[in-house]
Amino acid sequence: MIVQLFPNGWAHYLIGGLLIGAGVSLMFVFTGRVTGMSSVFTTTWSYFSNRRFFQQAQFVSTRKWRLVVAIGVFLGAAVWWALLGPSGGLATQLPWWRLLGGGLLVGYGVRMSGGCTSGHGICGLASLSLSSLVAVLTFLATAMVTANLFAAFGVH
Amino acid sequence: MKPASLFMFLVGGMLFGFGLAVSRMIQPEVVLSFLLFRDFGLLLVLGGAVFVTLVTYRVIPRLLKHPVLEATAFETKWSPLNRQIAIGAAIFGIGWGLCGVCPGPAFAAVGAGIWNILLTLAGIFAGAYLHGRTARI
Repeated sequence: MIVQLFPNGWAHYLIGGLLIGAGVSLMFVFTGRVTGMSSVFTTTWSYFSNRRFFQQAQFVSTRKWRLVVAIGVFLGAAVWWALLGPSGGLATQLPWWRLLGGGLLVGYGVRMSGGCTSGHGICGLASLSLSSLVAVLTFLATAMVTANLFAAFGVH
Repeated sequence: MKPASLFMFLVGGMLFGFGLAVSRMIQPEVVLSFLLFRDFGLLLVLGGAVFVTLVTYRVIPRLLKHPVLEATAFETKWSPLNRQIAIGAAIFGIGWGLCGVCPGPAFAAVGAGIWNILLTLAGIFAGAYLHGRTARI
């Protein structure tokens, strides 16, 4: 059963999840902020665009710390790479159009929805928010359908 | 925002990114193997993270009057359900199923040297810009 559900082992998944939760908790204890990872993609545009949408107070007032969190995420993974990463390095075999096209839809969708796997998934579910639960079930469903459709048609 | 708070954001973000890398969710193929029902590890990652965060969100506001470094109140992630949340989530899911990368892992994957995820990172920034251009305030 365990082997079938987790053919590549399970401990690293659980430890990774606990570490992610520890990071979100640390920021909450010290600053009181809910730290989803998708808002930074809008707030950072407020540095470059004078459009009224991007200059809203909720974006301008949080843009600095959100960027710091994102830099932290980047650096934390870099530390892992330096200490524990495979010597040959990691890579993905997905074609460029899936990486870029998928990213476009991810960016548009998460900002329309007001959260992503961390904002709705981790912070929202941990807040027992019904709207976040609906969001999580929705994006899991459409992601599974999309991935399986592409796999079924053998598109890589 | 105090420099000490920014420092904690950096440390908390690093823990987050380190944990993402440990969980291997920075690799699109690992996320896709969950979406294709081949490896259910993502549920352990999400479950572990939600468990720790839920305990923190429940317990800390009862123990402390305000965050350690700030005089402001503790935030909550709560909003009434509306169509935007559901439709946006559906669009996000289609993109996630295509590229296997969501916002947090986009930063972490590049940090761990998966350089072609820069394409996804650029795509997410562009998608968020498009959303801002077309959204009604």
